[in-house]
Amino acid sequence: MAKSSFSVSSLPGFASIAIFAFVVLYLPILTLVVYSFNSEVTMGLWGEFSLDWYAKAWANERVKDATLNSLIIASCAAVISTAVATMAALGTTRRRHFKGQTFIYVMINQPLMVPEIVTAVSLLILFGMIKQATGIQGLGYLILAHSAFCIPFAYLPIRARLEGMDLTLETAAADLYASPWETFRRVTLPLMMPGIIAGAMLAFVVSLDDVVITEFVKSAGQDTLPTYMLGQLRRQLTPEINAISAGLLLITVLMLTAFFLLTRKND
Amino acid sequence: MSVGADTAISVQNVVKAFGQGAAAVRALDDVSVDIRQGEFFTLLGPSGCGKTTLLRLIAGFEMPTEGVILLDGADITNLPPNKRPVNTVFQSYALFPHLTVAQNVAFGLQMLGRPTAQVKARTDEMLALVKLDAFADRKVSQLSGGQQQRVALARALAPAPKVLLLDEPLSALDLKLRQAMQIELKRLQLETGITFVFVTHDQEEALTMSDRIAVMSNGKIQQVGTAKEIYTRPKNRFVANFIGETNFLTGESQDGALKLASGESIAVPGLKAGGTATVIVRPEQLRLGAEQEGVLKAKVRTLVYFGTDTHCHLALSDGTEIVARLQSPASGDAGLAEGQAVGIRFAEGALQAVEE
Repeated sequence: MAKSSFSVSSLPGFASIAIFAFVVLYLPILTLVVYSFNSEVTMGLWGEFSLDWYAKAWANERVKDATLNSLIIASCAAVISTAVATMAALGTTRRRHFKGQTFIYVMINQPLMVPEIVTAVSLLILFGMIKQATGIQGLGYLILAHSAFCIPFAYLPIRARLEGMDLTLETAAADLYASPWETFRRVTLPLMMPGIIAGAMLAFVVSLDDVVITEFVKSAGQDTLPTYMLGQLRRQLTPEINAISAGLLLITVLMLTAFFLLTRKND
Repeated sequence: MSVGADTAISVQNVVKAFGQGAAAVRALDDVSVDIRQGEFFTLLGPSGCGKTTLLRLIAGFEMPTEGVILLDGADITNLPPNKRPVNTVFQSYALFPHLTVAQNVAFGLQMLGRPTAQVKARTDEMLALVKLDAFADRKVSQLSGGQQQRVALARALAPAPKVLLLDEPLSALDLKLRQAMQIELKRLQLETGITFVFVTHDQEEALTMSDRIAVMSNGKIQQVGTAKEIYTRPKNRFVANFIGETNFLTGESQDGALKLASGESIAVPGLKAGGTATVIVRPEQLRLGAEQEGVLKAKVRTLVYFGTDTHCHLALSDGTEIVARLQSPASGDAGLAEGQAVGIRFAEGALQAVEE
């Protein structure tokens, strides 16, 4: 049979490049996970299989606080940014093309374009001024910051879902006696749901993972898991960090699996 | 604004313009039509003629720029679609993909706030009517195109609307299924007694199913009538040309006869006196014989055999080309040869004067 089209997989060296890429992607993670079960303190030295570092991390009060902070911030940020992103997506797709639409898209997706360190420094300065003026402390600043930079991650999947939706379905609902609110609740929202869930999960994972902005904005005692780990690295690298990392990895994989199963069921 | 008691929908002087100022396009230009209770009424025309716009105005998806629309004598011009006792079968069906077949059919009833038991009973009844009882709990994506079509029908009929609007609902189906659905639609209309307003660009669909047809072009209704009226007595050149095949003869009107450029004259009843006139005649109404027996002389140009009939392309003395459709004899040979001189006669009442 004659070859009808260009096929990248038939190029020489394709297999070796692919294998190399996968090794680079997954070997570090594999190493991290394997050494989290190492009984020895030193990285290169394998003693025997042990769950000690997990137990240590679990018992560590500072890890517990950091985990709690991370989960509170990520959950709040995911909810807030998804709510904002849903409204933004409805506002930018449910209308005829208007002047400055592209400009609005760029504005909404600012966190994807402005260097994170710039956002971090500007938030530090602004929040510093607010804290000085009002004296209000607390996790609220971190939640606000995380919500802001999570918006594009929630917005993009929701917008994609809305743009793929047949508007005739809303017309059909109105034709079948549904008021505008019932149309939204019974037709638009259920059809958007896979996009909303995807957006929320993406926002959650991105928030959970953030170091730069958190490091700048946090006050004393407001460590999240990533900033706690960064702090530990400055002192001594123990497999306890591996264990925490493996835990974070597990949460992410679980969320992505759950998301995959949810969207597959909905379609 | 008064209308007769048997009028379901009365469209009065409706204008629909899209765009602003000089760039505005009149999709509907002063349209008036009365649709009777319980009739199968078809809006027929080429794409862009305004037929779908008129349907959307009746459904309430668009608001007219001018004019009023009455339903059973009541002004519904400014009512939103969810307040109109009118349901639509969409061209794309627009079934809700996140709901089952039964949930789709029940949607309108639930929105009307009917009690659960009644919703259930009516849904079952509708699914039985379109013979989909066995598919109630399927997702709509698991159905074939023809089945989805029937769900769309059941969903739109379930709330027992005063008028059912159908926007080219058969266009996505293949020929066999389309013909079956034409019969199905007619049956549903007779069983339910609901007024159907059907939009199509397919003249055969319109002729076979409709009680009355409105032929539209350029945002105007050209003619309203039964299939027979529109086919046999088209009002103007557009209708004659759009419905079926037609031969046009033009000439001067003299003493009730049409005088062609060749000097030959043919008597046409009802021809208006004086000036240039256009007369139509359908290809199947031509009779060919010996040259001296006809009212018009012609030469056979080409013969095309179609099985049941033979199309004979003729040139008149003045060069006008016309077509005669002759029923093929048992032998299949029409007994004509290309280049042969023939005389044309017309069947009684076959010549019709039309407006330009």
